[in-house]
Amino acid sequence: MTRAEKKQMRAGLGFTSLWILGLLAFTAYPVAASLYYSFCDYSILKSPVWCGLENYQQLVHDSLFWKSLRNTLFYAGLSVPLGTALALGLAILLNCEVRGRSFFRLLFFMPSIVPVVASAMLWLWIFNGEYGLMNGVLNPLLAPFGLHGPAWLADPTWSKPALIIMSFWGTGNAMVIYLAGLQNVPHELYEAAEIDGASPWQRFRHVTLPTIAPVVAFNAIMALIGAMQLFAQAYIMSEAANGNGNASDGNPERSTLFYSIYLFSTAFQDIRMGYASAMAYILFLVTALLTWVAARLSRGSADDAL
Amino acid sequence: MTPRPKTCLPLLLAAFLPAAAAPVHVTYWEKWVGFEGQAVQTVVDRFNASQDRIIVDYYATSQIDRKTLVATAGGDPPDVAGLHEQNIATFADAEALQPLDGFIRAEGMTNEQWLARYYPVYARICSHGGHIYAGISTPAVEALYWNKTLFREAGLDPERPPRTLAELNEFAHRLTKHDPATGRLTQVGFLPQDPGWWPWIFCNWFGGSLYDGHKVTLATDPRNVAAFAWIQSFTQYYGLDNVKRLSSEFGPWASPSAPFFTGKIAMVFQGVFYDNYIHQYKPGLDYGVGPWPEAVPGVTDFAMAEADVLTIPRGARHPREAWEFIKYVNSSNPGARTREELGGAELLDYLQVKISPLRVWSPFFTDHNPHPHIAMMRRLAASPRATSVPDMGIWQQYYREIISAYDRVRLLDATPEEALGESQARLDESWARYRKSLERHGQWAALGETPLR
Repeated sequence: MTRAEKKQMRAGLGFTSLWILGLLAFTAYPVAASLYYSFCDYSILKSPVWCGLENYQQLVHDSLFWKSLRNTLFYAGLSVPLGTALALGLAILLNCEVRGRSFFRLLFFMPSIVPVVASAMLWLWIFNGEYGLMNGVLNPLLAPFGLHGPAWLADPTWSKPALIIMSFWGTGNAMVIYLAGLQNVPHELYEAAEIDGASPWQRFRHVTLPTIAPVVAFNAIMALIGAMQLFAQAYIMSEAANGNGNASDGNPERSTLFYSIYLFSTAFQDIRMGYASAMAYILFLVTALLTWVAARLSRGSADDAL
Repeated sequence: MTPRPKTCLPLLLAAFLPAAAAPVHVTYWEKWVGFEGQAVQTVVDRFNASQDRIIVDYYATSQIDRKTLVATAGGDPPDVAGLHEQNIATFADAEALQPLDGFIRAEGMTNEQWLARYYPVYARICSHGGHIYAGISTPAVEALYWNKTLFREAGLDPERPPRTLAELNEFAHRLTKHDPATGRLTQVGFLPQDPGWWPWIFCNWFGGSLYDGHKVTLATDPRNVAAFAWIQSFTQYYGLDNVKRLSSEFGPWASPSAPFFTGKIAMVFQGVFYDNYIHQYKPGLDYGVGPWPEAVPGVTDFAMAEADVLTIPRGARHPREAWEFIKYVNSSNPGARTREELGGAELLDYLQVKISPLRVWSPFFTDHNPHPHIAMMRRLAASPRATSVPDMGIWQQYYREIISAYDRVRLLDATPEEALGESQARLDESWARYRKSLERHGQWAALGETPLR
């Protein structure tokens, strides 16, 4: 490194030093400390007592840990692919030359900027078993078969599907990113494909999809990470729909006990910070593994498409 | 301009005189807002005006238990934290609270003498592991509320609530209505899921216990199983689908669409505070308030009580001054004959339209209480059989287990034995782990030597 480069380096470090200090104090230290606490019997106010792998061993035998993980994977497994397909479909439609295109883009994007608490309260009404919009639409269709819509959030069978449906409300964000990706697909490729006699589906399958594959992978991975950390809407809606006071336990019957909710109640209601830290690291590992798998799959599918 | 000697002299003298001590500011976090928050502010103002050494600054704080915990861990807690009763054992075991024993001794009283001032159930709420950790801020007691209009329509005497469990069941059936065209439920006499906050109390009501002082007894006490079977019997009687559809029509408990206000439920167990909401959301409702029906033969004075509490977090900057405020809120003027003479607990409870947790009530508080059923509420609060949440550090988890079991039972997804048995297994593990943690930190011996609630 030359003297000028060293000087430049010092200046750069000087300008970024506040950010680096903030990162060390408020991100790196808590991350390292929580790793240490995950091996401790720690309740935040008492001194941590080293207990080795005890927290992790208990997790293996904790039925609620597995239940919350299953619930979360179920939610992520359906909401991410369906949400991705929906966002991509909307982006393709809104990429067409139609009248009022800007208005429709705005219309589909707007829900994604509604605060999560406000949208949760709105969807509580939509999913109300008697007065809700959802059953208002479903009931006339089901009536000829002698059926009626479910109680949704108050029914353990339908509470998770309800939250998955609600997750589509926020697809506007991904849709905008897909739109940007679609607009970057070179027109020459479409022209060449058309000259070769490719059908619209073939043009989508062999031109559009491979070109925007990195965008799809990015959106899918971000959605997966978000789904694995689902908290606010489930926390608000399960409690409000089932009226169990301050239980915040994924009611009814823990059907919406997602991983983050269980982690939260372990940390802040039971004051078991060591155990909650161990849970956080397991979540990190699971999410990292799923992200790696998603990245591998998207790379493979992009190669196949080409 | 040169200062004149006549002006300077008093200033110089003042500099050498002992300075008057500045009042100490006590930070007080409390959950109440609305008219109940205004009542707390009035009491704070009255305390501040009663002396010149301490100024209490009241901050309305949501999610107060979590915020207090985090602030305490961060070394900057409030001086007074208005927690919930179920926080006491957990927070005390986590060493988040200061015992009040030393302050009480400094008042020339023993713990027993201090607690003897309260009704027994509130005295138990204040203590944990042989120490006093809290004073009461807002007490509550639950009673049976019934809709007299619906009683009349069903041919029942509106002035006579059910006196036994069998009568409650019978009245509930007689008060149930179906839509003749569709067969759907339109009204039920009673439904254990409304309000659904405290299904655990049904275990105590049936004579069961949740904790025997050593171990969890949720599924091992047959009376708890009987209570859950009773809960399930309502869904079986009404039909699961009917219950789901009817309960979808229930609005939030504190709203005009609450089922008791809309006449969809004829009888509910609710707290002393419920009258405030009736007046707000359903003025003119013709209702009665009575004791819990006799579920165990011979036990006519069962009641459920709960309370919000005042505590001093560990690390509070002004614990002595905080205690002065807690002492004020947990005292009263027993000779008060006018509203202006009310003090401490009675002033707060008068303004919030609730009962006083103290045994001695002033003539004004007794005779001019704004609560229309204060005598009944006092009788229930004073009952030696009044009960509250078990004194266990794992109560939050215990409560979640009960809610889960309760959901499974009322939705007919498990028998009471199955649901409670699975919860018991998890709670046994949790309790063993909790004890082990206390042992690791050298706390279990101290707790284990004292009788637990």
